[in-house]
Amino acid sequence: MRATVQVQKFNPETDAAPRLREYQLDVAWRGNTVLDALFQIKHELDGSLTFRASCRSAICGSCPMVINGRERLACQTLVADEIDRCGRIEVRPLRQMRVIKDLAVELDPFWGKVRAITPYLTPKPNRDAVALPQDVEGGFHNVDACIMCGACVSACSSLEVSPGFLGPAALAKAYRFVADPREGRTRDRLESLGGEHGIWDCVRCNFCVEVCPKDVKPMEAIIRLRREALREGLTDHPGARHITTFMAIVRREGRLNEARMPVAMVWPNLRRMLAIVPLGIRMFLKGKVPAWFHRPIPGIREIRRLFDARETSK
Amino acid sequence: MKYAFYTGCAAKGACPELYQSAVKVAKLLGIELDEMTSAACCGAGVVREGDADLSLAINARTFAQAEAKGLPVLTICGTCQGVLANANKTLKEDPAARDRVNAMLAPDGIAYRGTVDVKHFLWVLIQDVGLSKLRQAVKRSLAGLRVAPFYGCYILRPSKDLGLDDPNNPTSLEELITALGGERIDYSGRIKCCGFPLVLENEPMALAMGGNATAEAKGEGADCMVTPCPLCHMSLDIYQERAGRQRGERLDMPVFHLPQLVGLALGLSEQDLGLSRHMVPVTKAMGKIASPTS
Repeated sequence: MRATVQVQKFNPETDAAPRLREYQLDVAWRGNTVLDALFQIKHELDGSLTFRASCRSAICGSCPMVINGRERLACQTLVADEIDRCGRIEVRPLRQMRVIKDLAVELDPFWGKVRAITPYLTPKPNRDAVALPQDVEGGFHNVDACIMCGACVSACSSLEVSPGFLGPAALAKAYRFVADPREGRTRDRLESLGGEHGIWDCVRCNFCVEVCPKDVKPMEAIIRLRREALREGLTDHPGARHITTFMAIVRREGRLNEARMPVAMVWPNLRRMLAIVPLGIRMFLKGKVPAWFHRPIPGIREIRRLFDARETSK
Repeated sequence: MKYAFYTGCAAKGACPELYQSAVKVAKLLGIELDEMTSAACCGAGVVREGDADLSLAINARTFAQAEAKGLPVLTICGTCQGVLANANKTLKEDPAARDRVNAMLAPDGIAYRGTVDVKHFLWVLIQDVGLSKLRQAVKRSLAGLRVAPFYGCYILRPSKDLGLDDPNNPTSLEELITALGGERIDYSGRIKCCGFPLVLENEPMALAMGGNATAEAKGEGADCMVTPCPLCHMSLDIYQERAGRQRGERLDMPVFHLPQLVGLALGLSEQDLGLSRHMVPVTKAMGKIASPTS
């Protein structure tokens, strides 16, 4: 099979800007991966091509790159599939990371964030049991399947606009320790994870879920961290208030009331109230502010009973 | 073509023009809508953050109402579509979860058997109405109008819950724009996040996301944007001026709800479609298209 492979080449020491270089390859069989293709280019066409790889089995996490627009492991992506889908293969380095050369990116900031969440157990004092109990719910929701490849970090919408955000990989790792019944610092962890650049900065865009090669669903882990923070009573953050306010409105009216929601979120902070008023007035003039008093939906009794039953079962 | 019509909160709240335009377009295309007036909010992914089973139960109640009517659910909100599809998938594929949820609903005599399908209006237009029928219904071609599609997250991802489009290279909005005679703009922001879920808690981040996509569409020469999600619409339209201020530029980019763009091509008037309710005036885009021919 003939394949056109375009690879982003860039040597910051000699090049002014990255450029796409095109290679024509004869791919031996349909089972060849993009990583095989990159090795073939390096061996036959361009010895200077730089990329990371190790296990070739989607275990080590060394070869994530942006293949035809989306973060993938090169060793897990078939040349034939990409040619069928896009007619050619375009390979670029992970996003939101400094390029060292070609497809190799700087990973120190990535590991710095993983270290920042204290990625090891700090056990409760005086505990005999060291072994993990068998019945941990959902086996940490699959977060321990993470191979730390960084694909989710490259795809993250929040990181794109706020580089300090801890990011999906580190937060998924953090959930693994918050969920561990042997952990002794659960509340401390949740308090610190709820701070600046923490769990409340996730925009829930699902990109990390979509690109993860190991089905870790980092966003689900972040949602669970938020839920745990609420359960611990850490309800002061605007992100936490967003959830509690939203739920209170749905309980009362059955639907979200977009007039009440922003006001309830910022109340009683006068400065923040004043910040939302001008926009509110302009929306009102366009007929975009719904009535303050909504009539609840028919059958609201059923909705309230569901909420109340959950409240009493806690 | 008859559906249980799930309006979502935004179409009954801050985006009444979405409700109004969807109802009028559906009527013109022979789509019969049986409005689910007693359906509750889908939770928008927020209720699920507080309590996963509660969110499932609220949505199972909605599905049970459609099931009783024997109708598929039609949504006009990308976020509702994503949240309902995710809940429905869990309820259909995880019998333990369905049993738990049905036990919660039992005191009110409600049970969901797991037989309902949920479809966004965009998918109904493409799969059930069909682009050829739509093409024939066009009374005012959008020729000359350069439209930047903006999908929104929940109608694309996670793709395991959804299914019509390739989440990395979706085509349905593009096909629709072309069928209406418009010119589609290609840009990377079309599958990105509008930032809306953060707008009340971290406005600068939200504005940066919406602003990036809008500025990119503008840079590619778009006359307007179109989105199948009212939450994206709020982010891109209501917050556009603030996003522009944060970037230090005037974006001036009209944003249409999906049914509004279809309605324009079908010959509906600006009043019919509620175009005066937008924060960013649509005049710039309207100037590009001809008057309807009868």
